[in-house]
Amino acid sequence: MPATWIFLIVLALAAIGYVLGRSRALASASGDSRNLHSLPSYYGSHVALYAAVPSLLLFGLWLIVQPVMIEHHVQKLIPETSYTSQGELNLLMSDVHRIANGLDYAVRNGTLGAQAARDLSTETSDIRAVLANSGVALGSDVSAPTLVAAKEYRALSVTGDSYRAIAVLALALAGLAFAVIKTNRDFRARNAVERVILSLLILAASLAILTTVGIVLSLVFNTIEFFKLYPAMDFFFGTTWSPSFGGGSQLGILPLFWGTFYISLIALAVAVPIGLFAAIYTSEYASPRIRGLAKPMLEILAGIPTIVYGLFALLTVGPSLMAVFGPGTGLGWMQGGTAVMTAGLVMGVMLIPFVSSLSDDIINSVPQSLRDGSLGLGATKSETIKQVVLPAALPGIVGAILLAASRAIGETMIVVLGAGAAARLSMNPFEAMTTVTAKIVSQLTGDADFASPEALVAFALGMTLFVITLCLNIFALWIVRKYREQYE
Amino acid sequence: MYDSPTLETKLDTKNIKIAADNVQVYYGETHAIKDVSVQIQEKTVTAFIGPSGCGKSTFLRTLNRMNDTIDICRVQGTILLDGENIYDPRVDPVQLRAKVGMVFQKPNPFPKSIYDNVAYGPRIHGMSKSKADLDQIVEMALRRGAIWDEVKDRLHSPGTGLSGGQQQRLCIARAVATEPEVLLMDEPCSALDPIATGQVEELIDELREDYSVVIVTHSMQQAARVSQKTAFFHLGNLVEYGDTSQIFTNPVDPRTESYITGRIG
Repeated sequence: MPATWIFLIVLALAAIGYVLGRSRALASASGDSRNLHSLPSYYGSHVALYAAVPSLLLFGLWLIVQPVMIEHHVQKLIPETSYTSQGELNLLMSDVHRIANGLDYAVRNGTLGAQAARDLSTETSDIRAVLANSGVALGSDVSAPTLVAAKEYRALSVTGDSYRAIAVLALALAGLAFAVIKTNRDFRARNAVERVILSLLILAASLAILTTVGIVLSLVFNTIEFFKLYPAMDFFFGTTWSPSFGGGSQLGILPLFWGTFYISLIALAVAVPIGLFAAIYTSEYASPRIRGLAKPMLEILAGIPTIVYGLFALLTVGPSLMAVFGPGTGLGWMQGGTAVMTAGLVMGVMLIPFVSSLSDDIINSVPQSLRDGSLGLGATKSETIKQVVLPAALPGIVGAILLAASRAIGETMIVVLGAGAAARLSMNPFEAMTTVTAKIVSQLTGDADFASPEALVAFALGMTLFVITLCLNIFALWIVRKYREQYE
Repeated sequence: MYDSPTLETKLDTKNIKIAADNVQVYYGETHAIKDVSVQIQEKTVTAFIGPSGCGKSTFLRTLNRMNDTIDICRVQGTILLDGENIYDPRVDPVQLRAKVGMVFQKPNPFPKSIYDNVAYGPRIHGMSKSKADLDQIVEMALRRGAIWDEVKDRLHSPGTGLSGGQQQRLCIARAVATEPEVLLMDEPCSALDPIATGQVEELIDELREDYSVVIVTHSMQQAARVSQKTAFFHLGNLVEYGDTSQIFTNPVDPRTESYITGRIG
């Protein structure tokens, strides 16, 4: 039975269960819902949940486990003499999949009878031709063990699918029956439903956490792999970045790290004053009408995709900087449009809405009573802002700036387009440099062998970056939390 | 207070600190204060009483132009402080507020140290010549606020760490530190327990030696205990104003009597 059908039948059973549970509860209370422990809809939901949740969980699990088990079983049918490495085995197995799917397709099309598909053999017919007839193209002739494996694969899939249908539907019916039998006027359906909902919420939360753990683990393992091939000291303290895929590359993180730091610094130097002043204006001085207009306008900036900022850096900011600092003007500080300054300025513009919007909310949450207190002592508005409002809001503002900083460190597209690709240790902000993120991209796009240090270094870079931004975020949260209660 | 020499005034200002004449206050379309005229005397505690929403806090806030911070609020009429109209366009509300201090309903210490809280006003107004001078001002203010003994050993710990009653006395000390001539108090005891209330009331009585104190209160016992003059507000009108003893024992207006005996409110 196809998966969609099973799913729909389970849902239908749940719907039936809802009606059954509801009416059974009402019947046990002789039709008067006031005699019930919970509202009638809770009894219905209780039955529906018992019918649907366990069976759908089993269904999901089955969908994941069955292919793995079949794969494992079928692999044994392929003689060990026909491959030498894991890679070759993988290629053979994908042939098996393609043939099995091709046979399925042919049977469904009617070009091949179901029995005929089971009886096929390499001695009596040319499989490649048979499948080609029904519109499935194969790259090469099919060997006997492959065909056997493919047929076994099909057979196991069919059996597995029917067991799956039986097991899932049986579980759904059992859950339904169990819950219906439990339903009576004194049954605490509301509490039961709320417990189930609670566990669903916990499940959702733990899925998100597990994904994070998975991402971190994949980073960690690949990073360990990298450090087996390349000494950690050279990675962390090397001052040269020159990967060469022929081997013998120097992979020192310092130039990349310096680029990241330098560009982020310029970006923050742009974003923090502008964003903060904008926030002070919108939250303290602007009339409600102007605030209602200016704040969304600022926040539109946050919605621009970073690649568009990158284009802006490449096509507008870079050339304008060249016109001022380039060789043509006699200053000659800048040799090309792509430079730390270009990327830093544009990234700063990107960060303005982060700083301004968060700071605006934080300044607004400073209680009015503090402003009144200061004004009541004869302070002017700007004295009040400088000496009372901003100090009270400072922890939150610092948090906002640190969040903006971790955005700046993780930014890629603006750097790729605005700062160039040269890994360089230099103080001159008009020179091209590059960052950790931009180099991760360039190390992984290309035909690199994934087992080489030149590709694996990307994971080490990613891990380093992750640790840095994580520390920044934790530090930001810690600051915000430590001082938040102060004026409450 | 004025940028130029004073105006002539008809009033006998000898004992009168604040004279309000025909004051109207509007919040947008709402007419919150209607035709209020009242004369507040020097070195006296004046209590404003009345049911919730009767406009007593609003009127209090017009006395130091705190209502200026509310966009939709308009004030008409004249309010004379020492014979000078505080709503004259030449008056700087900031300087006015230094003269007419205010203590709020909820204690609102700044998130700074106790010392910095009290030194806030003197610093802004440049009232001290040296650090020692400022120390002196802070100590005096804290003593006047009857909180010196409790905080003298922790002047540099945050003011927000004090208890509610201590915070309110700190706020009073903070207001006193700028040496105002009038002190406005908007229900200063409503967030305090009876013991702290007693301390603050005692304090108000002492402050009377140097300041005019205007206090808004919901507690008629408090008004009777601390004030010499009482004004009764009802629905935006000033119903009756007179000596506290007379208002509480022999009110002229039937509405005052009803409120005091608990029939309206």
